[in-house]
Amino acid sequence: MYTQGLDQRAPEGAAKAADDAAALVAFQARIDAEEKIEPNDWMPQGYRRTLVRQISQHAHSEIVGMLPEGNWITRAPSLRRKMILLAKVQDEGGHGLYLYSAAETLGVPRAEMVEQLLAGKAKYSSIFNYPTLTWADIGAIGWLVDGAAIMNQVPLCRCSYGPYARAMIRICREESFHQRQGYELMLKLAQGTSGQKRMAQDALNRWWWPSLMMFGPSDKESIHSSQNMAWKIKRVSNDDLRQKFIDVTVPQGHFLGLTFPDPELRLDEASGHWLHGPIDWTEFNRILAGDGPCNRERMAARRKAHADGAWVREAAAAHAAKRANRQRAKAAE
Amino acid sequence: MPDTAHFEFLLRLGDSCLVLGHRLSEWCGHAPELEEDIALANVALDLTGQADMLLAEAARFEGKGRDADALAFLRDAGDFRNLLICERPNGDFAHTIMRQFLFDAWQVELYGALAASSDKALAGIAGKAVKEAEYHLRHSGEWVVRLGDGTPESHSRAQDALDLLWPYTGEMFEADETVAALVAARIAPDPAALQSAWTRTVDDVLAEATLAKPPSGWMQTGGLTGRHSEALGHMLAVMQVLPRSHPGAKW
Repeated sequence: MYTQGLDQRAPEGAAKAADDAAALVAFQARIDAEEKIEPNDWMPQGYRRTLVRQISQHAHSEIVGMLPEGNWITRAPSLRRKMILLAKVQDEGGHGLYLYSAAETLGVPRAEMVEQLLAGKAKYSSIFNYPTLTWADIGAIGWLVDGAAIMNQVPLCRCSYGPYARAMIRICREESFHQRQGYELMLKLAQGTSGQKRMAQDALNRWWWPSLMMFGPSDKESIHSSQNMAWKIKRVSNDDLRQKFIDVTVPQGHFLGLTFPDPELRLDEASGHWLHGPIDWTEFNRILAGDGPCNRERMAARRKAHADGAWVREAAAAHAAKRANRQRAKAAE
Repeated sequence: MPDTAHFEFLLRLGDSCLVLGHRLSEWCGHAPELEEDIALANVALDLTGQADMLLAEAARFEGKGRDADALAFLRDAGDFRNLLICERPNGDFAHTIMRQFLFDAWQVELYGALAASSDKALAGIAGKAVKEAEYHLRHSGEWVVRLGDGTPESHSRAQDALDLLWPYTGEMFEADETVAALVAARIAPDPAALQSAWTRTVDDVLAEATLAKPPSGWMQTGGLTGRHSEALGHMLAVMQVLPRSHPGAKW
C-alpha cells in the first residue's frame, strides 16, 4: 500500500557535511540528468538514510496492512470475493518482500528493519490503524486507500533510486488492479439491498478523511520536502497529489450514489478542481503518535506472530545447518 | 450412474477443499515468516479455486438451481461432506503443516487418478488441480522434514501433531456405496489403490523427518456422511455470516 509522513524528518546535517562536496555536486548532476542511482554507486549518507526509512516504512505498511483486510478473509461473502481478497492480501505480502529487498540493497538487513517495526521505532502508514468494521470496508480500502496509494506511488516509479523505482512499477500495476476490484465491490453494494447501501455509505464516511490524510501534511506545513524533491525521491507535492486524488475520486463516489462526508466539498468551475473542507490534522498527528483505534492491536498482532513463529524459524535454521554439515561430511568422504 | 452419487462425490471433494482452504486462510497475516504468510495464502487460494469448480459441478449434478456459493454459504454443518481432517483447527504451525502434508499427499494421488476419469469435466478440473497439489505437497513435505529434523522443540511439536492427526487419515480411503458406484463407472479411483501410493509418500517424508509413524489403530469417521466435529459449526458460523444475515443479497 503506502507509506506516509515520509518527509517528516530531514536528513541530518552532520552526516551530510561529511560527504565530499565535489561528490555531492557530481551526484546531484546525475540526478538532474535523470540517471538512476544503483546500489553500488556513491550516494550521500542523507540520501541513503532517507531511502532506507522511506522504503522500509513502505514495506512495513504492506505487512501491517495485511491485518485489517485479513480480518475479512474468513467472512468474505462469496467464493469469488474470498479468492480476490486472498490474492490481494497475498500481493501485499509480496510487495512487502520486494520492498524489504529493495531496502536491503542499501545495506540494512530485513531482520533489522523488522526488529525496528516490532520495537515501535519504525513507522507504517497510519491508515491501517483504523478498524475494518464491515464488508464494505474491504471495498472502501481498495477504492480509496489503494486509490490514494496509486496516486502517491506512480511518481515513485520515476524515483532516482533504481531498485525502488523498479519495485514500484510492479507494485503500481498490482495496486491499480486492487483499486478496480475495490470499486467494483462498492458498486455491487451500491446497487444492492438497503442494508448493503447503508454499509457502503458508512464505509465511505469512515474512510474518506483518513484517505485524504494519506498524502501527508499540507505543503505549507511540510518543510522537508525540498531536499527529497531535489534528490527526486519525491517528485510531486503532497497537496498536488491529494487534489488529483480528490478530482478523480469524487465523481466515482457520485456515480455510486454515495455522499462524501464533507459539507464543504464543491466543484470550483474556474479551476475544474473539487475543493474540500479542512482536514483534521489533530487526528492525523494523534494516530501517528500512537493513539489511534487500532495502533496497539496491530503492533500486538505483529509481535505475537513474530514471537509465536520463533521456534519455526529456529527449526528451519537448525535443519539448514544440519543439511550443510551432512553435505560437507559427504564431500569429505 | 445416478446423479445423486455423482453429486455426493463432488461435494466430498469440493467441501474438503473449501474447508481446508478456509482454515489456511485464518493464518493470513499471522504466519511465522513473511514467505509463509504468502505461501499459506497461496495454497488457500488454490484450494478455494478448486472448491469453486468442484461445487459448481456438484450443483450441476444436483439440478436444483443451486450454485457453488449457495452450496458453500447456505448449507448447515450436517450437509457438509468434507474429510474431518480438513476442519481440524489450525493449532500451531506444526499442526497446520502436518495436516496439510497428510492431505496433500492424498490429493496428489487422488487428482492424478481423477485426471483419467470418465467424467471429462472432472478430469479437466483434476488435471489442472494436480499441478497445484504437487507443489503444495512439495511445500508441506519440506516443512515436515524441517520441523521433524530441526530442533528438539520442533521435532516434538511435529510428532505431537502427527500423533493427533493420524486417526483422521483413515477417512481418506473409506469406501461406501457412493464410492463403489463411482469406481464401477470409472469416474473415481479405487481408494485402496490410492492408499498404497499415499503410504509410500508419507513413509518417505516421515523417515527423512525422523518422525515415528503412529500405529494404525482406531480411525475417526463421519465427515463423508455429515457427522462432523464440534469445530465445523464454529467455522461455518464465521464463514457464512454475511450471506446468512443478508438473505438474497448479491456480493
